[in-house]
Amino acid sequence: MSTTTTQDTGLTTDHAQATADDAHSHGLAPEGSRADRATSFALADFDVPNGREEVWRFSPMNRLQGLMAGALTGTAPQVEVTADEGVRVEHVDRSDDRLGKAGAPGDRISAVAWESFAEGLLVTIPAEHVAGRETTLTVRGSGEEPAAQHITIIAEHHSEAVVVLDHRGSAQLAQTVEIHVADGASLRVVSVQDWDSGAVHASSHRAVVGRDATLKHVVVTLGGDVVRLTPEAAFAATGGSVEMNGLYFADSGQHQEHRLFVDHAVPNCTSRVTYKGALQGDDARSVWIGDVLIRKAAEGTDTYELNRNLVLTDGARADSVPNLEIETGEIEGAGHASATGRFDDDQLFYLRSRGIPEAAARRLVVRGFFAEMITKIGVPAVEERLLAAIDAELDAVLGDLADTEDVSQERRVIEAIESGEAQG
Amino acid sequence: MSTLEIRDLHVDVETPDGPKKILRGVDLTVKSGETHALMGPNGSGKSTLAYAIAGHPKYAVTSGEVLLDGENLLEMSVDERARAGMFLAMQYPVEVPGVTVSNFLRTAKTAIDGKAPALRHWVSDVRGTMENLRMDPTFAERNVNEGFSGGEKKRHEILQMELLQPKFAVLDETDSGLDVDALRVVSEGVNRVKGNTDVGVLLITHYTRILRYITPDYVHVFVNGQVAEEGGPELAERLEAEGYDRFLTPA
Ligand SMILES: Nc1ncnc2c1ncn2[C@@H]1O[C@H](COP(=O)(O)OP(=O)(O)OP(=O)(O)O)[C@@H](O)[C@H]1O
Ligand SMILES: [Mg+2]
Repeated sequence: MSTTTTQDTGLTTDHAQATADDAHSHGLAPEGSRADRATSFALADFDVPNGREEVWRFSPMNRLQGLMAGALTGTAPQVEVTADEGVRVEHVDRSDDRLGKAGAPGDRISAVAWESFAEGLLVTIPAEHVAGRETTLTVRGSGEEPAAQHITIIAEHHSEAVVVLDHRGSAQLAQTVEIHVADGASLRVVSVQDWDSGAVHASSHRAVVGRDATLKHVVVTLGGDVVRLTPEAAFAATGGSVEMNGLYFADSGQHQEHRLFVDHAVPNCTSRVTYKGALQGDDARSVWIGDVLIRKAAEGTDTYELNRNLVLTDGARADSVPNLEIETGEIEGAGHASATGRFDDDQLFYLRSRGIPEAAARRLVVRGFFAEMITKIGVPAVEERLLAAIDAELDAVLGDLADTEDVSQERRVIEAIESGEAQG
Repeated sequence: MSTLEIRDLHVDVETPDGPKKILRGVDLTVKSGETHALMGPNGSGKSTLAYAIAGHPKYAVTSGEVLLDGENLLEMSVDERARAGMFLAMQYPVEVPGVTVSNFLRTAKTAIDGKAPALRHWVSDVRGTMENLRMDPTFAERNVNEGFSGGEKKRHEILQMELLQPKFAVLDETDSGLDVDALRVVSEGVNRVKGNTDVGVLLITHYTRILRYITPDYVHVFVNGQVAEEGGPELAERLEAEGYDRFLTPA
């Protein structure tokens, strides 16, 4: 059986808002098939881009310049490790032959990242080991000098683990995260970008998924000036399953870009991509690109990708481009959906006309929007932190708005609502 | 015993070409327990009056006042007005994606009461009220007004009125788009609130059919941004028979 669904859901699908040209392409991407895109470990194979290239056309090139020019010499951010007892974490030389096995860089900054690191961090979940707790790598940036970092995570066969990458502080960072999920293994990788303002972070996540293996990949992007992530997953054998979930909240001046690629090259694999983002403030900007390629051999593929954006104020802009290429008719299902909605004055008026103060109304809408995603993170500490971060973002905007009102009464009402939530 | 007083109210609506004068001196007083019907032709400004009372930002009050028990409603924010006891059932209720009806109702109830309702009673109150309004329980988990039919949106407005128990409710064409059964169900909802509380109702409508279920104490004819005539329930019948022609100034 073969079904192909293309569906737009949500209150508005705002293609005009989505992009200037060919925002929502079904089939071939403007520069040809994703299958033909060049990858290479050699920096020399990638020219310094001018911003008009397909992979850079949404990116703020001037703010990424420091990571583009050539090999980086800055000191890589510190990594603090709290690991599950059975999980091995080691520093290895770049010549270690376990590195560089998850595919080659696909753009200039990824190639710079590969070229520039001296020592990589290698996390190994031994075969059949079932981790009892998360392994957390806290990446703490403290420098302004452009630097590179390399992390490789190997989940050996039939292991089970959760690895959290927690990015904090300030950095100019070109990063590679390699992920191997061997046969029958189950791995959850949660990458939190919670940088201080000023940070610039470009990261290529390259995952290879083995036979009957499961990868759950979660991205949470909150802080930093520019965060540009390119999570890619390729199936190496049949029966694999990939779930890629993302949440982002872009504030005034922030650029948050997530470019995903799922490569179905073998039969009977499943992928689900779900990204949701909220934006507020002047020049808050998000870009979501979702490429899914179902190659000729990938019969029995089942894939669905979805991106939703919630624009909370004027002056913010979300671009969303799902792109599905199908080279075989023998698939289980393939679909995508993209929608950008606005929280507008009428919605705010409606909620307020029921006594709900503005701060609580926005919180209600944003929390509701993210609710199902938050439970998908699968790491309670990160979930709680995210809720707190969302509230803090909303409070920051409301600080300016609350002046004219009877603030003390409003506070009491908000507190009552909050404690009601805790109870219910 | 409360009083809602509208005195010489003038309101402009914000349009792309600048402000446009809609209300031209409205005087109207509603007391607790009373039901006032406000009838008038399309475009006469009925919804504008409703929105201005509720505080919609698109409508600017240029002069006059609205007092709730002597307190100036116009100085309050939208949500303060609701917490003071005002309720507006909208002609076109707004969809709010991502917020479930049950979460919305509980948040609104908490905001109005200043404290969260006791959970056990609240859940059965909501369920019972929905049942009375012939709303399927699954509505509780749907997003506010999203994909609701016209009739379902109106039931949802009255559901809120029943649960929030306002001092004054403005019902803007709650009857429009309802079939006979739905009209009865919704009217019964309003009558339940009238029976259980001392709510004062300002009921905006074009037709007398809803007035057969909800009996007005007073009828006001609204033309060109003003009250043109007032009377008892018999005035509604006369309007239905004769239309508004005699109120419209000949060209
Ligand atoms: N945003 C707007 N821009 C321009 N004109 C507006 C706007 N909002 C309302 N108006 C005008 O104000 C007048 C009054 O509108 P209002 O909606 O109050 O009438 P109404 O009596 O409720 O009509 P109906 O019976 O059709 O609901 C109308 O002429 C309408 O076109
Ligand atoms: Mg109207």
